[in-house]
Amino acid sequence: MSTVTIDKAGPTRQVKYGSMSRDRAWALRWSYFFLTLFAIFSLVPPIYMLITSLKSSAEISAATNPWWVFHPTLENYTGLLTSNQFLRFFWNSAWVSIIVVTITMLISVPAAFALSRMKFWGSATLATGVFLTYLIPDSLLFIPLFKMFAVIGDWTGIQLVNRWYVLLFIYPTLTVPFCTWIMIGYFASIPKELDEAAIIDGASWFQTLTRIFIPVALPGLIAATIFAFTVSWAQFLYPLVFTTSTDQLVLPVGIITTLIKGDVFNWGQIMTGALLGAAPPLIIYAFLMDYYIAGLTAGATKG
Amino acid sequence: MADVAFQQGAVSGAARTAKRSSLRRALKRKSSAAFLMTLPLILLIGVLVIYPALYSLHLATLNKSMAKFVGFGNFEFLFKRETFWLVVKQSCIFAISAVIFKALIGFIVAHFVHNVPANKQRKWRGMLLVPWVIPPAMSTLAWLWLFDPSYSAFNYTLSFFGIGPIPWTGDAMWARFSVILVNVWYGAPFFMIMYLAALKSVPEQLYEAAAIDGANWWQRIWYVTLPMMRNIIAITTLFSLIVTFANFDIVRILTAGGPLDHTHIFATWAFRVGIEGSDIPLGASVSLFMVPILAVAAIFILRDVSKRGNEA
Repeated sequence: MSTVTIDKAGPTRQVKYGSMSRDRAWALRWSYFFLTLFAIFSLVPPIYMLITSLKSSAEISAATNPWWVFHPTLENYTGLLTSNQFLRFFWNSAWVSIIVVTITMLISVPAAFALSRMKFWGSATLATGVFLTYLIPDSLLFIPLFKMFAVIGDWTGIQLVNRWYVLLFIYPTLTVPFCTWIMIGYFASIPKELDEAAIIDGASWFQTLTRIFIPVALPGLIAATIFAFTVSWAQFLYPLVFTTSTDQLVLPVGIITTLIKGDVFNWGQIMTGALLGAAPPLIIYAFLMDYYIAGLTAGATKG
Repeated sequence: MADVAFQQGAVSGAARTAKRSSLRRALKRKSSAAFLMTLPLILLIGVLVIYPALYSLHLATLNKSMAKFVGFGNFEFLFKRETFWLVVKQSCIFAISAVIFKALIGFIVAHFVHNVPANKQRKWRGMLLVPWVIPPAMSTLAWLWLFDPSYSAFNYTLSFFGIGPIPWTGDAMWARFSVILVNVWYGAPFFMIMYLAALKSVPEQLYEAAAIDGANWWQRIWYVTLPMMRNIIAITTLFSLIVTFANFDIVRILTAGGPLDHTHIFATWAFRVGIEGSDIPLGASVSLFMVPILAVAAIFILRDVSKRGNEA
């Protein structure tokens, strides 16, 4: 970008032109140099996961060069992917994330529509309230929520603690406020003439939402969906608190509680599990990077 | 929030009496439809966020068996414990230094990405954002393995430079450094993306004017870039301050608070005391100490957000 600046300023300072473009070239070289350093810093842990996951436990404990695989093997992958326990974690995670994404969208899209278009008394306060809720972290709520669900279990006999589906109630507290907030931003950017035209043509509010708003704000919807999925997939604190039996665990907690047995770390399998656990968000990111980044920046830049 | 909703219902109830006016009826229909559409949201926030938040205030005033009201007893107990002050200190060190480094690295890297030709930016951005995409619990495991006392890949590499084995998670100071390092690794890409978006929105003419006035690169950053990015820097930093202060995953997995409770922060210590030690009231009291910091940051964020809302 700035290159353009200098070139435009160039003609007024004929003498310095050459030296400044040389400065530019050097600045570019340094940029690449430092970007490479930072990229290495960013990618070392995931690459190291991959390297370790291809090693046998004998090679790991032989303490050879940790950065190289001398005898690549897929035994860690076959070991995990044939273990019922690991597949159980994976399915628990997948089910929780998919259902939470659905719940989140069903709650936040209509709410965002109402808050951005049907201005009613208190709607502005409610929108601010939604944003404030997004700022309340999970580490503040896990203790009262745990006690709350334990008390509900005592009163009604409905045992929710230590069941994977308790997470379906809890995860929306993390995803709904943010998704509502960014959807309000996307809906607010749709020109008013569009829905006025729909209303004049006799569309109901529901039709305006499904026929006009959702198709037009589809990029925002995709960004919100990705966000909700990533958050529910990565959540660690709530499942750690709420679920303990091995058949109820989701992936992150499952890997940490079952693959680490006392002081024995089976690093090959742990890294394989971690890599498989990181795979779904990474794959989504690889294909939908632009939506991912749109969702990331929308939270703070859409007002 | 719930009050607002109910008063809304009352308004539509009043409108029902004047049913004759079709305008009123339309208004009523619209507001009750809007109320129905926001009802699940209001219920969710009320029952699963606001109620537990208030409930934790109540819990904090009970004794361990939750049978007796002890008032501020839990807090008095905490103030007398050395570990608690260690946790306060470590939480502040952890959050403030991690946020500063994340912001600095994010700012610098955003400039480098902004410098390279536009068609290559996508590739670099894609690589640099990877730490943010991997679930932190998973990537922290990789860091734990890189830091492993006997097979540490870092120590293996450093030994070629004659740097002795470093006790990454074994020694209090190094453990503090390690948790901050992992947090910076995880959080810096977020800053990078936000700052990159902000950099792109700075009008080119400002830099042209600065170049004509003979400003050097430092003056361009100080007098053009920083003032133009002020808002986004403030919001991003406050956001990150909240998230870092409330961090749990990284510290829990990397050190679990050790060695000797030196890396515990509020969230991990609340978990240790409240869930693992099954003293729920004490755990609730510990996590309540996050509230003042969160509230201050939230007020500033809200001010900035509403200011921008007015500008728009």
